[in-house]
Amino acid sequence: MQVTLTVNGDEVTSEIEPRLLLVHFLRDTLGLTGTHWGCDTSNCGACVVLMDGEPVKSCTVLTAMAGGHEVRTIESVERGDVLDPVQQGFVEEHGLQCGFCTPGMIMTARALLDRRAGGEPLTDAEIREAISGQICRCTGYTNIVKAIRWAADQEAAPAGGR
Amino acid sequence: MAMIEERPIGFGRLKRKEDPRFIRGQGTYVDDVTLPGMLHGAVLRSPLAHARIVSIDASAALAHPKVRGVITGKDLEAQKLAWMPTMSYDTQAVLATDKVRFQGQEVAFVIADDRYAARDALELIDVEYEPLPAVVNARKALDADAPVIRDDKDGQTDNHIFDWEAGDKAETDAVFARADVVVSRDIIYPRCHPAPLETCGAVADYDRVSGHLTLWTTSQAPHAHRTVYALVAGLPEHKIRVISPDIGGGFGNKVPIYPGYVCAIVASIVTGKPVKWMEDRSENLTSTGFARDYVMHGGIAATRDGKILAVRTDVIADHGAFNATAQPTKYPAGFFSIFTGSYDLEAAYCAVHGVYTNKAPGGVAYRCSFRVTEAAYLIERMVDALALELGTDPAELRLKNFIRPEQFPYENKTGWTYDSGDYETAMRKAMEIAGYDELRREQAEKRAKGELMGIGLSFFTETVGAGPRKHMDILGLGMADGADLRVHPTGKAVLGISVQTQGQGHETTFAQIVAEELGIPPEDIEVVHGDTDRTPFGLGTYGSRSTPVSGAAAAVVARKVRDQARLIAAGMLEASPDDLEWEKGRFSVKGDPEQGKTIQEIAMAAHGAADLPEGIEGALEAQTVYNPPNLTFPFGAYICVVDIDPGTAQVKVRRFIAVDDCGVRINPMIVEGQIHGGLAEGVGIALMELIAFDEQGNCLGGSFMDYLIPTALEVPEWELGETVTPSPHHPIGAKGVGESPNVGSPPAIVNAVIDALYEPYGVSHIDMPMTPARVWAAMQGRPEPPQ
Ligand code: FES
Ligand code: FES
Repeated sequence: MQVTLTVNGDEVTSEIEPRLLLVHFLRDTLGLTGTHWGCDTSNCGACVVLMDGEPVKSCTVLTAMAGGHEVRTIESVERGDVLDPVQQGFVEEHGLQCGFCTPGMIMTARALLDRRAGGEPLTDAEIREAISGQICRCTGYTNIVKAIRWAADQEAAPAGGR
Repeated sequence: MAMIEERPIGFGRLKRKEDPRFIRGQGTYVDDVTLPGMLHGAVLRSPLAHARIVSIDASAALAHPKVRGVITGKDLEAQKLAWMPTMSYDTQAVLATDKVRFQGQEVAFVIADDRYAARDALELIDVEYEPLPAVVNARKALDADAPVIRDDKDGQTDNHIFDWEAGDKAETDAVFARADVVVSRDIIYPRCHPAPLETCGAVADYDRVSGHLTLWTTSQAPHAHRTVYALVAGLPEHKIRVISPDIGGGFGNKVPIYPGYVCAIVASIVTGKPVKWMEDRSENLTSTGFARDYVMHGGIAATRDGKILAVRTDVIADHGAFNATAQPTKYPAGFFSIFTGSYDLEAAYCAVHGVYTNKAPGGVAYRCSFRVTEAAYLIERMVDALALELGTDPAELRLKNFIRPEQFPYENKTGWTYDSGDYETAMRKAMEIAGYDELRREQAEKRAKGELMGIGLSFFTETVGAGPRKHMDILGLGMADGADLRVHPTGKAVLGISVQTQGQGHETTFAQIVAEELGIPPEDIEVVHGDTDRTPFGLGTYGSRSTPVSGAAAAVVARKVRDQARLIAAGMLEASPDDLEWEKGRFSVKGDPEQGKTIQEIAMAAHGAADLPEGIEGALEAQTVYNPPNLTFPFGAYICVVDIDPGTAQVKVRRFIAVDDCGVRINPMIVEGQIHGGLAEGVGIALMELIAFDEQGNCLGGSFMDYLIPTALEVPEWELGETVTPSPHHPIGAKGVGESPNVGSPPAIVNAVIDALYEPYGVSHIDMPMTPARVWAAMQGRPEPPQ
C-alpha cells in the first residue's frame, strides 16, 4: 500500500507492506537510525517519536496509521547548529551513558516541556511520571530527571527560552 | 568544554566526548549498520525445554520467495560447526542436532531478503520433537533419577559440572563447633538477566575473494571473540576484523559468543553477502547469558558479644544446559570465595557445586566481577541474620568486625590479598548522610503507629580487575590488556585500547588518564576502541576491569612516552635528562623554569629533521601490555530506607545512600553515573526481576511484561558519598567502580525489608525478588508463593 506522511518537516510517500511498523519504516526505509528499538511488548520506549507533537511508541504504531500525520524524530531536534535545551541538559547533567534510551527520552521530555503552556513549574514527580513508560538500564534515572529539569529551568529563565 | 580551574588538564568532571553523537541520535549501534545487498537472519528456537529432535523439514521455508537459505544443525555438523566452545571449556550447540536442552535453544537459521520475511519463514519450518522430562530445579539436578541433559558428552552420566572449594573446611568446622552462636540460612540468589536495552546481534560480511571477515557485533570483548572465531571456524585470525561499535549497554550480557553470531558468519560465507542478525527481546531474555541462580546454604559463627569468627557456605550453582559462564579458568565459581566480605575472620570455607539444568546457559557476570555479587549478598545477609540473633544493631555489629586500616594489605581466609581499605570511615560517612540515629527514632515512632519502615545496611568488599595472568585466563588467554599511544607532530594524540565502552565513557576517561600523565588536553586525545584492526589485544570490558587493567595500561604507556619526551627535551635544551623537571605538559631545567619545552614542542621535534638524542629513533609513541600484580578491592557502605504498605505488601525504596570507595576517581561525574545505574539495577533484582520457569521448563520471564525492570517511578533519587583509599599497586590508584552498586545494593534492600518485618511479623528472610506476593505471604507466615 501507499502511505504519505510528514517526517521531520518533509513529506514522504512510500510503498509499504501494511504491517510495517513505524519504527522499521523510520529506521530501515528512511535510514533514521536515531530512533531505537528495544522490546517486543511496548514496554521500553527506546522507540519514542512525536506524532503530531505527542510522544508515541513507534514500535506500536503501524506506518499506515501515521499516514497524514506529522512525525518528528531525534534527528529533527537540533535547530541548525543549536542544540535543543533538552539535548544540552542531558550533556550538562550526565543524563546518558550508552545512549540507547536517550533519543526516546529526549523526545518525551521535549513533548513534556512543549505541553507546559506558560512555563509553569514542573515537579520531579511530574518528570518521573512523564518518562515512566520508558526504560533506561544505565543511568538510574536521577540524572535524566536532572537533565529535563535543567532544560525546563533554561526555558523558564527570562533570558532563555527558545 | 568545562574545565576545573586548578586542574586544567586531566582528572575531573569533564563532559563526555561520547555525548554529542548520542544526543543527536547519531550513535552507530549494530542494528544501525546496513551494507549493500545485506540479507537478514532469524533463529528458529525450541518451544520445549528438553526434547529429542526427530526431524526438521525446511522445504516450505525454502519455497518462500524471499528466503535465500535455511541452515540447520545437520548442515553445520558437516562443517564441524554444530558445536562451539564456551568461555568455560564446555561446548554449546550452535544449532541443535540431537536434542534441544532448553526452551529457546537455537534449532535453525533462516536467511531472507528482509527482517519480516525471515521471521515469516520461521513459521514455515516443521520440526518434530520427542519430548523428554526436564530438569528445572537445581536442587534435583543430581538426583539419581534425573534425566541426563548432556548425554552428548563422553562419560557424562549425570548433571554434575564441577565441585570447587576454597578455605579450610576442618578449621572452619572446628570454629563453628566451639562458637557461642551459630546462625544459618537458606538463601537463593535468583536467576536474573542483565537485559541491556540494546539486544544482541551481529552483521557478518565475508569477502570471498580476499577471505576477510568483518563482523560488527555486540561484544564486550572483541579481541577474545576474534580469537575464538579463528579457533572455531578455522578462519585465519589476521583476516578477521571484529568491530564492536556503539553498544547499548552490556552488563556482562555481551561477553559470551552466541549461536546467532556464528550463524550470521556462516550465512555470510554461504551466501557471499552481508548478513544481519538481531535478536528480539524475548530471545535476549530466554536464550542469552542470565546471571546468578545460586542456591546457597550459609552459616555464620560468632561469640555472644558479637565477634564474628567464621563463615561457611555450600552452594548449588545452576549453569543451565551448557556451562557457558565466562569465568577465569581456575575459578569455576568465579571469585565467590570473597564471601568473607569486609570482616576479620578466623576461618572460612565455601564449596560450590555446578549443575546442568534444562534452562538457558550461562551464567554471566552481570555487572559483577565473577560471582562477587552472590558472595557479597550472602555475607551481608548472614551478618544481618547474626545481628537479629544477637539483638545487636547491624551497624554496630559491622563496625565491631571490620578489617582495620592498619591490617592492609589484608590476607583473607580464602587466599585473597585485599590491597587497601578504610571501612569504618566509609560506614560512618554513610550513617552520617543517612542520619542513621534519626532514622531509627523515626522507625520506632512509625512502628508504634503500625507503619512498616525498614533500614537496611550493607558493606561490601569486591575483588575486581582480573587479573594477574599467572592466575587468570579465559580459554587460555591471559587477562592482560594492551595500550598503544601515538603523539602526532602537532601534539595531538591517539590512544588505542583493548577495552571498550558500552556506556561507561571510555572515550572520555581514557583521554583524561593520558591528559593527566602527559599534559595534553583531553580534547586533543582520541581514544580508539572496539575494533580489532585498530587496537592492541586485550580481554575486554567486564568485571570492572577497564580502569584497573586497561586504565593502568593507559597510564603506563603515557609514562613511557613521557620518558622518551624527557630524553628529547634534554637534547633540545642541551641539559642532562636528570636535570629536567616535569610539570604537567612541560619539561623545564631545574632552577631555570624559563628554559623549557612543552610536550607539543617535543612532539614536533620528535618528528623533526634535527638530530635526536641517542636511543631515540624518532616519533613519540609507545606500546604496553599491563599485567596487573594483584586485583583491586573497592568497597562501600550502603544504607537503604524502605516503606512497606501493610495493606498491599508493596515495598517502596524511599531513600538509598551509597558511599563508595573506588580509589582515585578519574571523572567523578562518570563514577557517580555508574553508581546510580547499578543501584537501579539492584532495586530491580531485589524487588522485581526474575527469570522463573515452570515445571516443564517454560521460561516465565521472557518479555518486559514479565521481566520487570525499574522505571523512574520505582527508584528514589540516589544520595551518594565518597571516601578515597587509593590502590597501592595501581599506577593511578584507581580501583574500578562499575559493578559496586549492583553488588552492594541488593543486600541493603533485603536487609531493610527484613528490618521492617522482623519485629511485627517475625519474618527473618525473604528471597528476592521481594514482590508484593512474596512479602505478603511472608507477613502471613505462609511459604512463598511460586512466581
Ligand atoms: S521498542 Fe520497546 S517500546 Fe517500542
Ligand atoms: S543510557 Fe543506556 S539505556 Fe539509558
